[in-house]
Amino acid sequence: MLILSDLVVAYGAIKALRGISVKVPEQQIVTLIGANGAGKTTTLRTISGLESAQSGLIEFDDIDITSYKPHQIVAAGISQSPEGRMIFANLSVRENLAMGAYLRRDKEKIKQDREYVFHIFPRLHERMKQQGGTLSGGEQQMLAIGRALMARPRLLLLDEPSLGIAPKLVQLIFEKIQEINRELGMTILLVEQNAHLALKVAHYAYVLETGEITLEGPAAEIEQNEDVRKAYLGE
Amino acid sequence: MGEFLQQLMNGLSLGSIYALIALGYTMVYGILRFINFAHGEVFMVGAFVGLWSAPAIADFFGGNLFIAGPVVILLAMVVCSILGVLNERIAYRPLRGKPTIIVLITAIGVSLFYQNFFQSVVGPEPRRFPDLIPQTRVLETDYLIVGSTPLVVIGTAFGLMWLLRFVVLHTKVGTAMRALSFNLQAARLMGINVDRVVAFTFVLGSALAAAAAILFASIYPSVHPLMGLFPGLKAFVAAVLGGIGNLPGAALGGLIIGVTETLVTGYVSATYRDAVAFTILILILLFRPTGLLGSTATEKV
Repeated sequence: MLILSDLVVAYGAIKALRGISVKVPEQQIVTLIGANGAGKTTTLRTISGLESAQSGLIEFDDIDITSYKPHQIVAAGISQSPEGRMIFANLSVRENLAMGAYLRRDKEKIKQDREYVFHIFPRLHERMKQQGGTLSGGEQQMLAIGRALMARPRLLLLDEPSLGIAPKLVQLIFEKIQEINRELGMTILLVEQNAHLALKVAHYAYVLETGEITLEGPAAEIEQNEDVRKAYLGE
Repeated sequence: MGEFLQQLMNGLSLGSIYALIALGYTMVYGILRFINFAHGEVFMVGAFVGLWSAPAIADFFGGNLFIAGPVVILLAMVVCSILGVLNERIAYRPLRGKPTIIVLITAIGVSLFYQNFFQSVVGPEPRRFPDLIPQTRVLETDYLIVGSTPLVVIGTAFGLMWLLRFVVLHTKVGTAMRALSFNLQAARLMGINVDRVVAFTFVLGSALAAAAAILFASIYPSVHPLMGLFPGLKAFVAAVLGGIGNLPGAALGGLIIGVTETLVTGYVSATYRDAVAFTILILILLFRPTGLLGSTATEKV
């Protein structure tokens, strides 16, 4: 569904991605794990059009979207829950969700999708009229994922959903990620520093080190890999 | 007492005009983080549109000012909206993402361009703005005379501000404006077309400035190429006073500046008229740089 080929992204003279190739097949959860600064967030930002690729190709359903603008990428069917959540603190929960559906005109379906978001994250329903900034970290993460779902994407990008959240909620959020994948058949590209969690929920995994893919394979195999266990799973 | 009420009335009408202009400064700042110093010149152009179109429009409606007045205001709003969007498209958009100081200097350049262009093409001499507000005495008691002008000015200004409030709080594009002003990147990830929302912001701000110009010229009927300078600067001070980026703050700041200026002119000396706003600016920058309603903004990394 999504294919990155030989993608190079640079910030000035520094190459953040040195030619990575990644495939995300339909209805799967694919994870990109790696240390801080390996280029995980850059990858997602480039897919969403916030960074531009120096060379290489991004294809989505056989269409070259490498030079698309962010709003064209959302329209094509890719939405993102970004690193640090980036909730609109000055907008209510309801308005945050409405912004997620910004490009859509199908009012009835938007309503249904909001009901679905409230179904998986009932906490958001309780806080519907509250300002985004008053939510706890975990609730903000739920809102960020819910907001991304409101675009009715075909591919969901999740950047570090475990970052800065109480461990209890992290568990819950990862269960919900699996639920979204199962119930909606949603294709998900998940970026995580917490390799342990990510490998548990994902079907396929890529290991990113200083801008290069050093290892890839089915998540269960990667989890058993000696080097990965030492480097990322703390064994 | 009577005189004070009279002054207060005049102050509120001037203040509501400043408020309309200040809203344009504060909206653009809220989204693009720069002061659009050419805003005063959009105001000036609005007054000229009124000056040139009013006779024909009044004629067309058989001298009926109740229809002609609103039509003149609407025309000025439309023309200035287009002008505001053009300014943004030609002068500011190519500089998106560049350091603020560059955009700021460009804005001053745009402002100087309009002043000098109008001075050379139209001429620097002041012209008399036609009467658009029917002159009647609405209320007359022993100690107070309320004419129609301040009531129309205040009514129109507050009506427009209410309309703006509705757009910003209850429409999709208004919500997008607020989202954009909080976090540009997140807004782009939602699929919000930033260029379009920015253009819409300029439409709103310029339209309000145009309406303000017609109201202003109805009180001080002298139209000339530099007439945007002082109202523009004072409205800028109003926006800072209220807390730059904060819409209710801009409205409040405008009213405070207008009333203070009028009271000082009436009770102290007209010499200090233009000093009032700048004294307030210095005080606010010294004691409450975030403005009356502004929150202490945390610098985003």
